[in-house]
Amino acid sequence: MTKSDPFAGERLKHSPFHPRQAALNLRNAWSSWNGTQFADYYYDAEYEYFCIRNSCATYDICPMQKYEISGTDAEAMLDRMVTRDVTKLKENRVTYVCWCTDAGRMVDDGTIFKLGPDRFMLTCGSPSLAWLRKCTYGYKHLTVTDISDTLAGLSFQGPTTCEVLKKMGLMDIETLKPFGIMHFPFGSGSLMVSRTGFTGDLGYELWVQTDLALALWDALYDAGEDYGIQPYGEAATNMARLEAGFIMPGMEFNEALKTVHFHHDQTPFELGLDWLVDFKKARFNGRSALLIERERGPEYTLIKLDIEGNKPAEGSYLYRNKRCTKQIGYVTSAMWSPVVKANIALAMVKTKHLGENIWAEIYYEKELRQNSKVAKCTLQKKPFWAPPRARATPPQPF
Amino acid sequence: MKTYDAIIMGAGHNGLTNAAYLAKAGLDVLVVEKNAYIGGAAVSRELHTGFTYSNCSYVCSMMRQAIHRDLNLTRHGLVLVPYLGTVSFSDDGGTLVSYHTAEAEYNQLRARSPHDADAMFRFQTDLARYAQLIRKTLLRTPPDPTSFKPRDIMELLFLAKEFWALGEQEIYEYVRFFTMSAAEFLDDYFEDDLIKATMAGAGIIGTALGVYSPGSAYILLHHVMGDVDGNIGAWGLARGGMGAISNAIAGAAREFGAEIRTNAGVDKMLVRDGKAAGVVLENGEEIYSRIVVSNLDAKRTFTKIVDRKDLPPGIYEKASNFKIRGSSGKVNIALSGLPKFNNVPDNRYINRGGQAFVGSLETMERAYDCWKRGRWSEDPFIECVIPSAWDPTVAPPGQHWMSCFVQYCPPQLADGPWTAKKRNQFGQTIVNKIERYSPGFKDLIVHMEVRTPHEIEAEVGLTEGNIFQGELTIDQLLFNRPFPGYAQYRMPVKNMYMCGSSTHPGGGVSSACGANAAREILYDLKRPNVVPQDDFYDE
Repeated sequence: MTKSDPFAGERLKHSPFHPRQAALNLRNAWSSWNGTQFADYYYDAEYEYFCIRNSCATYDICPMQKYEISGTDAEAMLDRMVTRDVTKLKENRVTYVCWCTDAGRMVDDGTIFKLGPDRFMLTCGSPSLAWLRKCTYGYKHLTVTDISDTLAGLSFQGPTTCEVLKKMGLMDIETLKPFGIMHFPFGSGSLMVSRTGFTGDLGYELWVQTDLALALWDALYDAGEDYGIQPYGEAATNMARLEAGFIMPGMEFNEALKTVHFHHDQTPFELGLDWLVDFKKARFNGRSALLIERERGPEYTLIKLDIEGNKPAEGSYLYRNKRCTKQIGYVTSAMWSPVVKANIALAMVKTKHLGENIWAEIYYEKELRQNSKVAKCTLQKKPFWAPPRARATPPQPF
Repeated sequence: MKTYDAIIMGAGHNGLTNAAYLAKAGLDVLVVEKNAYIGGAAVSRELHTGFTYSNCSYVCSMMRQAIHRDLNLTRHGLVLVPYLGTVSFSDDGGTLVSYHTAEAEYNQLRARSPHDADAMFRFQTDLARYAQLIRKTLLRTPPDPTSFKPRDIMELLFLAKEFWALGEQEIYEYVRFFTMSAAEFLDDYFEDDLIKATMAGAGIIGTALGVYSPGSAYILLHHVMGDVDGNIGAWGLARGGMGAISNAIAGAAREFGAEIRTNAGVDKMLVRDGKAAGVVLENGEEIYSRIVVSNLDAKRTFTKIVDRKDLPPGIYEKASNFKIRGSSGKVNIALSGLPKFNNVPDNRYINRGGQAFVGSLETMERAYDCWKRGRWSEDPFIECVIPSAWDPTVAPPGQHWMSCFVQYCPPQLADGPWTAKKRNQFGQTIVNKIERYSPGFKDLIVHMEVRTPHEIEAEVGLTEGNIFQGELTIDQLLFNRPFPGYAQYRMPVKNMYMCGSSTHPGGGVSSACGANAAREILYDLKRPNVVPQDDFYDE
């Protein structure tokens, strides 16, 4: 008999894709997400990033939280919880949403999948069961089930993805529109494919019961062999999503329910998510607070910056004068964008100073010596990377 | 009759860069190109259905990031993808793999020679130090050391400052480095022949020098000083082939209003009252302009395009004697599958990037001997890259194309002119050598394009098929390129400029020559400069 592992309680859970992913994680570069062991990168973060932009790559979204909400009250409950109008969502469509506290501060963002007339799936980064239960008060005809451990998800992103899925035998996959859902028989069960992702590129998310996870992996990697398929982790995800201008909890926003200091959390208006807030709805969580916020204007505004030079402005303060005495904000995420060839960043700037000059004070190290420089920043309206193939149906040839 | 502000001869990547910047500054610009397609030696062509060859240049590391960024080349369709993993093969079938991490690389070298594994750190550091200095000159106009103009004095001071920053000992080493051979330079560091041969390959590519010829050490540096996204020494592929670079620059140029005419080869440059005044096309058509910029190599420009009587004494001779010897061949091969090589593990990150058939220093030197005797090398140095293993757009899925760069292949054969038969024999020599390391390789071949210096000159226009538009030896570098006294892009005929790789900083798909020339032209026209600086001065 083998001796029991005295450290078992310290070890992280394994994703259903772990056996395949562990074999390919040549660098043993692991991170964690919601208690699950999860790759930071497998071979090289930049290489994996280029697979997203140049060929195709998979990202394990099993650790993401998934809840099935069903029943005749499901739609009404979700509609009250999130700021967007859920009643407009059609079956087999997905929508991006955020939800707030009564004070209008953002709890989290995620996606809602409408799987049937009274059946929805909500995905989000952080465990939210307790908040969901609060949001069900007053509704009788619904059940909320945490399906995080029974439904496996694999994000599949990049220009060759559609071709690979076709080769895998998914008929008519090229007709799937952005935010659409299709179902296919797979093994003893079924495979759900949504045209969604977190990279700003052409991409899909593949969903199966966990017992079919490895079969899905093998089928996908067989089909993708000649299309440059490669797994990627958190590092490459973070690069791709920043180029696409997508926000990340713990970077651009601090989840309201985890925020200790007053107003160190954010409102959707501060994060540029105005388009997600639908005041035509008679009621939703945070509505009255957000109405006031809309009138008054947000204190901070999330902006996209193109920064001169090539040193990423990680953790930089932003100023409205080159001497760096008048601070107006801070950088939330920054990187050198290899595809665009630009020094890009997302930043929070005091709204009243938008339209003025912005300077970043950047620190960098050169052979153990710290250096600093002041770089001019240019406000950027559009995402840094938004290729037409990401929106086109059918996607153009890669 | 319309008079353009500027006519640029040759739609290679430097000519297009020059046009883009002149047009950006508001000039009325025309680019004339002899071929039916643009790109010069940075070109993608589909010669066999489904396969897109980068016919000439095939990888890039010199492309100025500042220009890519400034001209918005990504928006015009350019994506540069780094490629990984090159395997070097020795004569006896031994292999040296280029691993992606320093740790794996160290372990591998240590298995061959613990001494060399340690020496590699010093070697890489020294190269980085030398590269750092040269890199800073790329997007700058070389100063004229005899001039007292404030611009030249400032520029000389800049160079001197960078030079002194090396430290006393390194200054001696650096000066020595410029005149050394690659093999001798490598002898300073390494004992293992395969390690040396692997490094030495970069010292002879595109050059009519052997690994033991003085000056080849600098060529080595020229090939490792580029970068991809700040990773110095890394090489990238242009998605869609090297033509994507030219096409993107052309896109930017057109957006700024430049006109590009293909099938418009220049026969002569027009000179009126001692000033460049336009061009005469091969079909006799005359087009007028206030400025003429030649993107052709110096020899072609001054021995074929500019009339000798329009030149001051001595220039024709200088151009005739300009060192631009053809030394390389290029074989592009379409394959029905991915070739497998002996002694290379089935590791997807290293078995599909590139293959360097270096043999040994001795083999490389013998290959050079063949060239000197007017024959192609019987056992050549071949550098292969399989772009389709990284770029899904250049071959059908599961099929591939392989770029084989061959050193050496002479522009003229000792036993008479190049013929189709000899060209095929040359191609077979390459295939036979690869087959030795990859049994079954021949069975994968579905199409082949064989290019000797003869074809490269005839199609691209590079004299003798020299890929650098003139050798990169110290007598033809910096303020000596192309000729002493003419290194600042202004040529002996007034209002005439050069913008090709015959000018500083020399060969490679860098866009630097074209951009530097544009800056000088705008300076002469007293227009504000629109050409960016490199972005790594805080490196």
